[in-house]
Amino acid sequence: MPESSYEDINIYAYSTMPPSRQYSQSAMPLLPVSPYSGPSDFCTEENISECMLYISQELSSLGLPSIFYDLNGIRQLDVMSTLNRMYDLLQLHRRAMGVVEELEVEQLKVSSDLHCQQLTSSKLKDQLELSKKENVRLRERERQLETSMKMLQTCLKNEKEEVQKLQNIIASRATQYNHEMKRKEKEFSKLKESLNRLLTDKKDKKQGMEVLNYLGRSDGRRSQWKTGKTDGRHEREMYKTLLNEFDKHQKELMLENAELKKVLQQMKQEMVGILSPKRHSQKEEKSTDFTDQQIPSDDEETSEMSCEHAREKLTNSIRQQWRKLKNHVENLDNKASMVQLGKEVSEEMISKQLHQEEMERLKMEIQQCRDFIRTQQQLLQQQLNTPCDEETAAVLNDCYMLEEKERLKEEWRTFDEQRKNFEMERRSFTEAAIRLGHERKMFEEDRATWLKHQFLNITFTDQMKMKTQNSLSEYSVQEQKHSSGPKTPL
Amino acid sequence: MNFSEVFKQSNQLCKVSPDGKYLATCVQYRLVVRDVNTLQILQLYTCLDQVAHMEWSSDSLFILCAMYKRGLVQVWSLEQPEWHCKIDEGSIGLLSSRWSPDGRHILNTTEFHLRITVWSLCNKSVSYIKYPKACQKGLDFSADGRYMALAERRDCKDYISIFVCDDWHLLRHFETETQDLAGVEWSPNGCVLAVWDSCLEYKMLLYSLDGRLLSTYSAYEWSLGIKSVAWSPSSQFLAIGSYDEKVRILNHITWKKLIEFEHPATITSSKAVVIHYLISDEIASLPVQVTVVKPDLDRANPKIGISAVAFSADNRYLATKNDNMPQSLWVWDMQRLGLQAVLEQTAPVRCFVWDPRKPRLALCTGNAKVYLWSLAGCVSVKVPAEGNFQVQSLFWHGNGDSLVLLGKDQICLCYMHTSSCSVPVTLILSK
Repeated sequence: MPESSYEDINIYAYSTMPPSRQYSQSAMPLLPVSPYSGPSDFCTEENISECMLYISQELSSLGLPSIFYDLNGIRQLDVMSTLNRMYDLLQLHRRAMGVVEELEVEQLKVSSDLHCQQLTSSKLKDQLELSKKENVRLRERERQLETSMKMLQTCLKNEKEEVQKLQNIIASRATQYNHEMKRKEKEFSKLKESLNRLLTDKKDKKQGMEVLNYLGRSDGRRSQWKTGKTDGRHEREMYKTLLNEFDKHQKELMLENAELKKVLQQMKQEMVGILSPKRHSQKEEKSTDFTDQQIPSDDEETSEMSCEHAREKLTNSIRQQWRKLKNHVENLDNKASMVQLGKEVSEEMISKQLHQEEMERLKMEIQQCRDFIRTQQQLLQQQLNTPCDEETAAVLNDCYMLEEKERLKEEWRTFDEQRKNFEMERRSFTEAAIRLGHERKMFEEDRATWLKHQFLNITFTDQMKMKTQNSLSEYSVQEQKHSSGPKTPL
Repeated sequence: MNFSEVFKQSNQLCKVSPDGKYLATCVQYRLVVRDVNTLQILQLYTCLDQVAHMEWSSDSLFILCAMYKRGLVQVWSLEQPEWHCKIDEGSIGLLSSRWSPDGRHILNTTEFHLRITVWSLCNKSVSYIKYPKACQKGLDFSADGRYMALAERRDCKDYISIFVCDDWHLLRHFETETQDLAGVEWSPNGCVLAVWDSCLEYKMLLYSLDGRLLSTYSAYEWSLGIKSVAWSPSSQFLAIGSYDEKVRILNHITWKKLIEFEHPATITSSKAVVIHYLISDEIASLPVQVTVVKPDLDRANPKIGISAVAFSADNRYLATKNDNMPQSLWVWDMQRLGLQAVLEQTAPVRCFVWDPRKPRLALCTGNAKVYLWSLAGCVSVKVPAEGNFQVQSLFWHGNGDSLVLLGKDQICLCYMHTSSCSVPVTLILSK
């Protein structure tokens, strides 16, 4: 900008200025005749020669001839050349100003041009954006149109095929119709011929049946007159047949239904069984508790009911259980796959690898145990086979017989016990027998005294006495038999 | 296997009596009755003209011989050879003749399906049924012989009449929702009537015995529809074979499609246990290509689609024949609802029948061999007859012990050995 060029010149001037001088800037662009005066002047009375020197140096640097002329080696100020130089400087200055003006004008022009260009460029950018968007939109539309065209083409193809098919159908139907028409025409012509024949034929062959004798009915019954009753009977029989068929049908369906219901119940119970042990360890306890409660009540009810409501309940509960089972299996699958990838291992789940390792370990253990058992067996066999000294043999034999001895001891003990029991019983029996004997003796004595009394108290006839004695003896015998209680002496 | 000697027959007329004791064959205008075991001629009857149709009565006492050209039907008695009966339809002509289930009435369909005359052999009564429909299978008797279903057409509408065979009382008469009824068939339990439309429309209607519409089934529209129908012996399944080379099985509880059996040209599945036989005693390994004969689609009734469907007697297997692949027979397992076996022959299969007792299939291809398939294996036996005996059709004796093979104008009986296992089992099937 103009100021800057001035500043440049000023700075340049400031830098080459003798240090004792201050130079004040001028804000006026043109060559003013600026009245400078005062202590800040470039030239004062003291430094005229220095000023002159300085100015001549500056002029020479500018390419102008010197303002001095040399006279006897002393520099004298030439006023004419100074004025000429001044004039030159003024001309230079004017020229420079002109150039500056031109430059300024040009700069303005350029800046306005630039401004214009920028405006146009932004406008063009906007236009470009718009046109790009338009382009994208058009492309999109084109694509859509292409797809719709493809679709329409396939539709057209389908329609063509459809049309072809329908045409084929029409063709086949047409041939069928023609065929039928021809057949009917042939039959019609035959009918016409036959009619003609009938009309022209004098001899009409009568229709009739000759039979040697009429047969009885195949079922042996006599035929019945056609009355309303028989009509009713026919209706009844027809409905009876239909009803029987329906009954049979219904029974079969009921059986099938019962079977299927049983199967569903079983399925449900099994599913509940599969799901219940896992449920407690999972987080879905809350939701499943509810169904847990429901299930026992379901079982009781649905086994008896056969109405729609119960059926729906059963199928719904089966669906629920099945869904849960499915979810559970899916969860297991997910967990298994995740474990395989090593992402998550929960307490219950062990990775497949761990599982396999466990299996291997167990197998090894089993093998070791088996080997151990085999070696044991071998050693045992060796023991049995190898002969050893008497002592050890006796000890060994003792050992082998130990079990037998123990068993025998047991048996002896039980045997002893039994014997003791028997002894006790025998004793009690003998005591009882002795008592019985005593009692019998007492009874005999009583009897004897009683008889004696009787004998002493008897009256006349011996036979009578004998008889009574006999009867008495019989009676006493009977008494003896019957009574075992206290006998009252007579 | 034992083969009997060869006897003459004409018109493929050879029937075993319902009680299994006698074999009746027609040779031109003669009717020959033989004993089934000894093949001795027991009776010989002479008809008035060449016999076109011959049928045993249900009690095995009478035989009907129909001569369509002359419009005559003659009935012969086995017990009383001198008994005779002749029915003359006169100028009205005769199209077909059959017994009623009680063996005492004869139903004659007159020419142009003008009417059906019901002649009684017990009394002088004659009944007429008007407007019977001329279709593939317009008349069917229920298995117990109590009811008869007849398709009728009046004023361009289809009707069905259900008669009580006892006294020909009209039980029910109702209109059907078909365009052009093609056939009726009773279920083996006699409670459901299957009615299907012609091949121009896939429509299967199921009516109850009392005339109520139970269900309608239509697999698809516009393309050619139902070609063959078969009930399973337990009435549990209804197999519908159609022109799209698929068999659809309906179940008797919901009357909805249970499963669809496809007949692809390449069998690759390993999920279904498929064992492929080649009747030159080989088991081919999967995947397998089935011989396909491309049909001429410009003609009516094209040779494409399932033309024959048959259940085995124990309800366990289903045999199907796809006209597209005429040399193969497909056997499906109804328990697994999958393909059991594919039997491929060297020539188109002409006839196949299930054994009435065991799950055993007998088939013939028009050459001199009889082929038997069962789960245990496959057997092919050549008929040891002099000359050229070409097996054109066959059927089993009611007890499953023997097969009657029909050639062009010959018959031959084939006795299965039930006690001694002399049947060579060439292949073992297991997977």
